[in-house]
Amino acid sequence: MSTENYSAAGEVSQVRTRRTWLHRMWIGLRKAPLTAWFGMIIILGYLICMLFAPWIAPHGEAQVFAIPYAEWSETHRLGTDQLGRDIFSRLIFGARNTVGIALLTTLLSFFIGGGLGLIAAINRSWLDQIISRVVDVLLAIPSLIFALMLLAAVETTTPTWSIIKLIIIIAVLDSTRVFRLTRAVALNVVVMDYVEAARLRGEKLGWIMRREILPNIMPPLVAEFGLRFSFVFLTIAALSFLGLGIQPPTADWGTMVRELSTFVNYLNFDLRLGLLAFIPGGAIALLTVAVNFVVDWFLHQTSGLRDEH
Amino acid sequence: MNSVLTTVIQRLALGIITLFFVSVIIFAMVSMLPGDFTQAVLGQAALEETVEAFRKELGLDQPAHIRYFQWLGGVLQGDFGTSFSGRAASGIDRSRSVAELIEPRLYNTLFLAAMTAIVAVPLALYLGITAALHRNGFFDRSISTATLVSISLPEFLVAYVFIAVFAVLWGKFPPISEIRPGATFFDRIHVSVLPALTLTLVTIAHMMRMTRAAIINLLASPYVEMARLKGVSQRDVIIKHVLPNAWAPIATVIAFNLAYLVIGVVVVETVFTYPGIGRLMVDSVSSRDMPIVQACGLIFAGTYILLNMIADIIGIVTNPRLLHPR
Repeated sequence: MSTENYSAAGEVSQVRTRRTWLHRMWIGLRKAPLTAWFGMIIILGYLICMLFAPWIAPHGEAQVFAIPYAEWSETHRLGTDQLGRDIFSRLIFGARNTVGIALLTTLLSFFIGGGLGLIAAINRSWLDQIISRVVDVLLAIPSLIFALMLLAAVETTTPTWSIIKLIIIIAVLDSTRVFRLTRAVALNVVVMDYVEAARLRGEKLGWIMRREILPNIMPPLVAEFGLRFSFVFLTIAALSFLGLGIQPPTADWGTMVRELSTFVNYLNFDLRLGLLAFIPGGAIALLTVAVNFVVDWFLHQTSGLRDEH
Repeated sequence: MNSVLTTVIQRLALGIITLFFVSVIIFAMVSMLPGDFTQAVLGQAALEETVEAFRKELGLDQPAHIRYFQWLGGVLQGDFGTSFSGRAASGIDRSRSVAELIEPRLYNTLFLAAMTAIVAVPLALYLGITAALHRNGFFDRSISTATLVSISLPEFLVAYVFIAVFAVLWGKFPPISEIRPGATFFDRIHVSVLPALTLTLVTIAHMMRMTRAAIINLLASPYVEMARLKGVSQRDVIIKHVLPNAWAPIATVIAFNLAYLVIGVVVVETVFTYPGIGRLMVDSVSSRDMPIVQACGLIFAGTYILLNMIADIIGIVTNPRLLHPR
């Protein structure tokens, strides 16, 4: 073979075309450690519960039965709570409410923080200065404390509005961290020649954001999405646990832990009843553990962004 | 030394400016409340003159910037205003001053935080440095997985596990941390053990991971390799070469986690009904008692800013590059 015709890119692309996208993904997944597999299976399970909650749950979300504190039985697999609502059904609906609200909040936070971060990185003018300084000040207040103050200051009347209020407050507070990261990684890409070329071509801001920069900063953002999701999820669970987040009758794991926690003191007399509070609590913990495992593996995969060199 | 001093002063000034903006934000939150919230506080049956007097007391008849400086002046002298609760529609005022409500609780919270820090900080540093030195060994890998799990656990779940095991099943510690008026020092420790243990577990993981990362970063630098190659013992490499450069990241780690304690305190105090300002803040948020929420928020945010500032200053002061100017 003559050296003139040889091209390294050609050889690589040959291998790439031989394998389908699915096949390549499968190869990557097969190398994943056990913890990452565990995480992915758990996340899949939660997603199924979230999407098909009304079909999986045997009873309604806020359906009240005649007997409160019922024993575990065929009809009530985990018994009923203080108002006579089926605990098992509420757990499944909780997946939809708690996880769904946390997911929505994280998406909104990435939309705000990521968008502003990209604009700030491209623009680098007074706009960048203003947003960055505002973010600095917002980051100086611990987010849970800030959220508590805002929740006290803004009054809402209906449950729907209180959920919207919660989502907006947490998303805005959390977007400050997304902004920082997006801006930092985007700054490295903005100085590249192809971005300059796109600018000279006369592309608009939206094109440069979506087509030139975003694909190149995707891996750290995806990892950050996982981390921010578990943080937001824990914050919302904590607020609900404190009685300030998702309000009843909406089934939610944080609230359920608070309602069932009184039984922990009767652990000596009734093991089943005493351990009830740990089921929604464990559901929260299991999902965050799973997400963290997957993110850890993902970060290892896409270069040593963590502490490994 | 001059450059160190300038940098420290710059950092202090930045801290004060941040604190100023934070106080403006916290103050603005009350101004965001709708004008007729006086009625919500006093009840629907409030007399016209009671409402008027209350509005006057809050200074609502004055423009916002004047109210802000009056409030700030009061805060600087330890006067946070009076609580909303205890006011009646008829005009009888049994409300208590915010400072009077906060003071004993602030002491309790500081006691809990100090107790946690004394245990958690040395333990986390020890574990973090050990894990970094035996990187990728069995100890490191098992402790990395363990911290990853404990970071993911919600504080309240950890707290209830401790209550179930140590208070209900074993019965050694009280499940509710009640501090009676005549409690001795050891009584206080006894009721604070479980909350402190919970806070230790949730902060230690972050602290350990960050210490480990900082030390691994330093161990990879060329001068450490140089020191090893010229035959310096492992102990001396750590003490003479790594630690002088490690103080800054370690100080950051400690301050960050003491700041994290500030947040953890809110949830943990509520679980154990510990009489600290974290629980006071949660209770006040539910009852929308804004002067208390403001005061607690200011205390929490101020502590947070102060801790971060101290960490930065330690980092500047111990930086070998700044200490030996060219």
